[in-house]
Amino acid sequence: MYYEQSRTYLRTPQSGAVLDPRRYLSVVDRVICKYGADRSKLINMLQEIQREFQHLPRQALEMLSVKLGISLSEIINVATFYHQFRLEPVGVYVIQVCFGTTCYLKGSSEIYESMRKVLGLRERENTARDGTITIEKARCFGCCSLAPVIMVTSSDGSERYVHGRLNVSEGKRVVLDYRSKALMKLKGLKNE
Amino acid sequence: MSEALELGSGTRKISELIVRVPLASCTLAAGASKVLESIEKALGKLGLEARVKKTGCMGLCYLDPWIELESRGLPPTIYANVKPEQAEGIIRRYVEGDLSGALAVRSEASGFKGVPTLNSLPEWRLQVRYVSRNCGFIDPESIEDYLRTGGYSGLKKALKLGREEVIEIVRKSGLRGRGGAGFPTWYKWRVAYEQRSDVKYVICNGDEGDPGAFMNRLLAESDPHRVLEGLIIAGYAIGASRGYIFVRAEKPLMADRLEVAVRQARDYGFLGEKILGTDFSFDVEVYRSAGAFVCGEETALIAAIEGRSRPRQRPPYPATSGLWGKPTVINNVETLAHVATIFQTGLDEFTKYGTERSKGTKMFCVTGSVRKTGVYEVPIGTKIRTLVYELAGGPPDGRSVKAVQVGGPSGGCIPADLLDLELDYETLQSYGAIMGSGGLVVIDNTNCMVDVAKYFITFTLAESCGKCLPCRVGVKVLGDILEKVASGTATLEDLELLRELGESIMRSSLCALGGTAPNPVLSTLRYFKNEYEEHVVMRRCPAKVCSRLVTYEIDPARCRGCGQCAKNCPVSAISGQPGKAFKIDTSRCTKCGQCLIICPFGAVVKG
Ligand SMILES: Cc1cc2nc3c(=O)[nH]c(=O)nc-3n(C[C@H](O)[C@H](O)[C@H](O)COP(=O)(O)O)c2cc1C
Ligand code: FES
Repeated sequence: MYYEQSRTYLRTPQSGAVLDPRRYLSVVDRVICKYGADRSKLINMLQEIQREFQHLPRQALEMLSVKLGISLSEIINVATFYHQFRLEPVGVYVIQVCFGTTCYLKGSSEIYESMRKVLGLRERENTARDGTITIEKARCFGCCSLAPVIMVTSSDGSERYVHGRLNVSEGKRVVLDYRSKALMKLKGLKNE
Repeated sequence: MSEALELGSGTRKISELIVRVPLASCTLAAGASKVLESIEKALGKLGLEARVKKTGCMGLCYLDPWIELESRGLPPTIYANVKPEQAEGIIRRYVEGDLSGALAVRSEASGFKGVPTLNSLPEWRLQVRYVSRNCGFIDPESIEDYLRTGGYSGLKKALKLGREEVIEIVRKSGLRGRGGAGFPTWYKWRVAYEQRSDVKYVICNGDEGDPGAFMNRLLAESDPHRVLEGLIIAGYAIGASRGYIFVRAEKPLMADRLEVAVRQARDYGFLGEKILGTDFSFDVEVYRSAGAFVCGEETALIAAIEGRSRPRQRPPYPATSGLWGKPTVINNVETLAHVATIFQTGLDEFTKYGTERSKGTKMFCVTGSVRKTGVYEVPIGTKIRTLVYELAGGPPDGRSVKAVQVGGPSGGCIPADLLDLELDYETLQSYGAIMGSGGLVVIDNTNCMVDVAKYFITFTLAESCGKCLPCRVGVKVLGDILEKVASGTATLEDLELLRELGESIMRSSLCALGGTAPNPVLSTLRYFKNEYEEHVVMRRCPAKVCSRLVTYEIDPARCRGCGQCAKNCPVSAISGQPGKAFKIDTSRCTKCGQCLIICPFGAVVKG
């Protein structure tokens, strides 16, 4: 229920790393340059901000609200209404488990639970504490004939994979595969 | 040696070989891009020259990924479920005239060397490929391909007619909206046409939020120009200057292909200023939605394009006051593809199919418990049974069909003994379901109807925008009662309350999301009352799905004594010694189901 989500978001402090404010400002400025200070382009602006940070950082939204002259809660209202937007930072790979009708009937909730288990996620946690994997529920990808289906995207948007005809044990294997890939990526970053 | 082979004189080259590889979301998910790579490699290795054609998907999803080979002297041949490592062998054998392992040949006449024709397969023969005629055959990113199949001839015909004549043809066709409600297409057009306004809009609704429905995606990914042509005709009919195609973020390939189509149409003068020398100017933008189920609803869709969220009260209807307050016609992807095809092929070709009240064909997605999942285009009025058993091949061995869910979260469940019902708007409605976008999910004896109802309510609740009370709170309460039923704590009065509450939510909600949300509950209550009562009175879930109502046991034959279950049991109800079969103490077990998920050997079973 998105209206509850927006309430909690406004009340709780931002999680995740906080960057230099100038980083947020430059992105927000660029977005406003592109679309103009036009309220009707809000969704496009949010899409662009999310492309940059892989989620919608609180600081960026606050700046956007000042620049557009609309309240933060109005922005949050739109951001929580649409599924594409994330208010929390995500792991290196985001695994979306389809909860469309066909996938659900073919056992996607067990796959989802077992994947969470493999990563040791606690209640209300969606991202592994090592920052490797985020697990989300998704709606139908339109590949129902291959149910159950998961879609895996790298948080920078450069990779996208769809896996179909899954079962619980394969699901667990897939999570572990992506986790080791993600760990390699994180290690690579540190070494650079 | 076949005729085609001799062309290459000595080096076994075939210049006329065509390889079709379907690249649509579904086939890609099944591994088509790897197959494509291996085909290209194989052609190089075999020293064959060939045209590799990237097509869309023909809708027989259970064959994914498939490929089709065509060469002079040999019939076009389809191979199913191709693995990358098989590609080389298939091509080598095909050019030698050996068709072993093929699924079917695409020829009118008889089979070839024991391979049957595509038409002899019921899932193909029983279809009427009207709007989907090009799907899986042409390259969706090539406007030339579309033009060769008669593309844009519909637009040319329409532009020679007056606007009222165009609307009259659509009226005569009897075309009804394929996006859900079956509203007569011509009527909306007429209303919008009659509005006096300097600016008007047409919008193609490609949101397709119903889980279990993907015909719009398939159509737009495989034959995008057809949708675009329909949209331009609609724009001409009402006198619009601008069109939008609304696609959701989860379907990026669909948006990409439509964007390519728009660019190509501009280059060919089918879009832009003074189209084809007339004084009609029109342009189209593909809008990528950030995604929410309610966005499929017309007023919410308009709100999204305007950068807002949430639907509003109707009337005024969009046809009089829509996008930015201007007259706006909104039509579904498939509706518009039908418009283009009607203008291309003439009225008779369309009206000869269908029923008295609903003309033409409709694409249906059949998924769930069937052998041959896919998208099938059949005349409206086809029996559900025909689709589920003859085309989709019925349930897999050992399963039996319990119900068919039609119409997504706004639809309902049709029980197995009513499968002889015909799929048309009125029939389905009178039996508590709706046609919706045409998704049929086949539910079998391993699925629980209370769980199905709960699933849909959870879905709508998450999608409720919260603007009106009946939907926001009412649907939540429906969910709470269903949870009670599923955990065995409900009473028979609760079932009565479920029905009453459902009916009042339907009467009082702001938009059709709430207005149809109780359908899955009401229809399962209507046809599967016994199953609900069994949960309430006997505290038993006959399908063994509702976790609170089943017992968990460990099958000693499969248990290897790893102890994972005991370690993860939150109430320490499992005990045993490493290496020996573990046991669950049912008196302590809270039926959380964790052990079932954790067990690596599938030894935990529900009883
Ligand atoms: C909650 C809700 C979701 C809807 N989703 C869709 C959709 O995904 N695609 C669609 O074409 N129509 C959808 N509709 C129906 C549209 O409001 C509208 O009737 C349709 O796009 C009109 O096009 P048509 O007359 O060509 O069918 C939805 C309606 C509601 C109430
Ligand atoms: S239900 Fe999972 S892809 Fe459609």
